[in-house]
Amino acid sequence: MARLIRMDDTGHTTLAEWTAADDAAFAAAVTEFQEQQGLGYIGTVPEGPGKATHVRELPRGAELVIMRRPIAGG
Amino acid sequence: MEQALPELASVPWRQRTDARWLRRWGRIWHAWTLLYTVPFLAAGAGMIWLEPLSAPVALAAIAHAWIIPELYAFRGASVVRPKGPRNETAEPVAQGLLGDLLGHEQRELQRTTGLALERGALGTWLVGEAGALLVTPGGSRVHCFCVRTTEPDLPPSDRVAHLLLALRVDEQGFATVANHAFAGAPWRVRRRLPAAMRPALKTAQRAER
Repeated sequence: MARLIRMDDTGHTTLAEWTAADDAAFAAAVTEFQEQQGLGYIGTVPEGPGKATHVRELPRGAELVIMRRPIAGG
Repeated sequence: MEQALPELASVPWRQRTDARWLRRWGRIWHAWTLLYTVPFLAAGAGMIWLEPLSAPVALAAIAHAWIIPELYAFRGASVVRPKGPRNETAEPVAQGLLGDLLGHEQRELQRTTGLALERGALGTWLVGEAGALLVTPGGSRVHCFCVRTTEPDLPPSDRVAHLLLALRVDEQGFATVANHAFAGAPWRVRRRLPAAMRPALKTAQRAER
């Protein structure tokens, strides 16, 4: 089961879950992903040690997609 | 899918931070340190040589030669000091997610020191809640970067995870977005780190030797 989560002040919140075969669940996840992007969140797919990818669209095959806030110089 | 950090759009004027940029800034910081240290030492020694009665003033000059570099090193070490709300209710959940992003050894190091170790092409990073240290190859220099998530109320581990994910997406982009605060010898930074964090810097140095 793939998950779309958002890091927030509760630690993290699971926004959507889907499987590759479940079109309706994936469509709901895509909608949620786009809403989070509209709120300023950035989609990131962790890909094992030392690697992650920025995504603008929800990848159907990803196991975990994390929505994070932008970073900035302090 | 993309490998450029989207936050780069907010700093279009900055030159991309690569290994060459880091070497140049390392040399500039080294020269700068000499520039504000040597004159005070020379003035102090000269005063004592010309007039031993001026020793108190000479000692004040020598003290400046010691205090100013210490202040810069303190500024560098401060980038990884814990800061912001502790958010103790949400922190265990955030710690779990961060732990999932780290390997076993890195997870243990992060739990004991608060710093997440990440090997990169530019060197070994130690990522904190609102900043990161980069130990460059050879282990003889550390660069201190001030960088944070734009949502300050997150639990500490989520703040670390934000920086870690951004670093993993685009290491040079991460260093470009961050503000460079200090570069110098690791021993200068280590003395000014909270005691619990010092083993992490030692581990990063070992990784780069």
